[in-house]
Amino acid sequence: FPLSCPTIKVHISRRLTPSPFGRPSKNQRRGDQRSKAVPSSQKMSRRYDSRTTIFSPEGRLYQVEYAMEAIGNAGSAIGILSKDGVVLIGEKKVTSKLLQTSTSSEKMYKIDDHVACAVAGIMSDANILINTARVQAQRYTFMYQEPMPVEQLVQSLCDTKQGYTQFGGLRPFGVSFLFAGWDKNHGFQLYMSDPSGNYGGWKAAAVGANNQAAQSILKQDYKDDATREEAVELALKVLSKTMDSTSLTSEKLELAEVFLTPSGSVKYHVHSPDSLTKLLVKHGVTQPAAESS
Amino acid sequence: MECVFGLVGNGFAIVAADTSAVHSILVHKNNEDKIMVLDSHKLIAASGEPGDRVQFTEYVQKNVSLYQFRNGIPLTTAAAANFTRGELATALRKVTSFPTLSYELRGVRNPYSVNILMAGYDKEAGASLYYIDYIATLHKVDKGAFGYGSYFSLSTMDRHYRSDMSVEEAIELVDKCILEIRSRLVIAPPNFVIKIVDKDGAREHAWRQSVQDVTTASV
Repeated sequence: FPLSCPTIKVHISRRLTPSPFGRPSKNQRRGDQRSKAVPSSQKMSRRYDSRTTIFSPEGRLYQVEYAMEAIGNAGSAIGILSKDGVVLIGEKKVTSKLLQTSTSSEKMYKIDDHVACAVAGIMSDANILINTARVQAQRYTFMYQEPMPVEQLVQSLCDTKQGYTQFGGLRPFGVSFLFAGWDKNHGFQLYMSDPSGNYGGWKAAAVGANNQAAQSILKQDYKDDATREEAVELALKVLSKTMDSTSLTSEKLELAEVFLTPSGSVKYHVHSPDSLTKLLVKHGVTQPAAESS
Repeated sequence: MECVFGLVGNGFAIVAADTSAVHSILVHKNNEDKIMVLDSHKLIAASGEPGDRVQFTEYVQKNVSLYQFRNGIPLTTAAAANFTRGELATALRKVTSFPTLSYELRGVRNPYSVNILMAGYDKEAGASLYYIDYIATLHKVDKGAFGYGSYFSLSTMDRHYRSDMSVEEAIELVDKCILEIRSRLVIAPPNFVIKIVDKDGAREHAWRQSVQDVTTASV
């Protein structure tokens, strides 16, 4: 940003939204345990839960941790970096034949011509942040007449998220992002960000439900020099192993790729359900999870 | 009476500016450097009201530095030029408060009275020159000039300029322009500074002085 303030502002309205999951039963049980448990630090932590902007005695920000808890219940998303592109795959929680798939997307969003993201967490929170990211990308292009470098976009969005952990008394956003993009400085990049406002550049990353299991499988099976097709295959295989559902069909998934066209421009391509089904068959992951290799 | 002009050669860009600091009929000094080094591979040659010139070019230079510190990469010449133009454009029209209040309370600013030639070198784009005037016109050009001297330097450059000139040929052309300005402009500035930017960076190339500041009193 210039040293004097830029002109475009995004207006954030104060909303008191209850958690869309109701009271997560896991937390409910944990909360009861906390009030019964003897260690006073655990009992006292209840006092530090409700205000996002203060530390607990152990030096934790409980609201941020609870936000990550909420994301752990949401549909997973995986991103994999390959030498000729980035692959994003997401597990859809809302599946129905009635869903208008051509116009609605649950997991994947385009931020700018050269950056896209996958989300995991509270969808309404994600929409706000995606809009913020889009505005920031356009504001940069307006000022410099160039596409915004991917890391700067991620950093700028994470600065916004961090603000909600430090001032204003508003809760953090319950969303984790996987950003996939290309710029002329660093080529293809994959970034993961969480409600605390931390972010990192990754070769392969997973967010949402079972992300730790997915991350450990990725650690074992990821290859540095993989092509985009191999990355798609790895993504499908990892998701099939970590998803709770018994069988993998194209209506439960969203798959997108970010790559360069022969003319040198960046393309963000979301696979159609038919294309997805063909890929699932090709890589042998349509069988129930228990039987897949 | 300020003269600024520049041109793009083979892998380099050259800008020249007069070095008189004038107030009404008084010449404050004859060695005022009006070409600022923006970063390692960019130059801004500016002409206009002295206060605005220094204020605005330093503002641009600090923001370019800030970008580099924050992001670890320098701005391209094109990005820096567009940023500069954007700041001039904002200064023209932006109102900071409710528009129907009286003129003073609207916070309306006056334009920066600065004309700028921005020269730079980028690995991908090569050498480039941008013409930015005080009301936020932006043009990428091969040769450009501001001030009364532009009537003479632009015509001379139009006559002799070829694309892909060598440094020696470009300096010859710059000297031709300076000669033309000196001989044909009434109250022509006596001294000029010439700076160059290429793959090795932005640096001062030469001074052309016909009058030097007197440092000791003569009896």
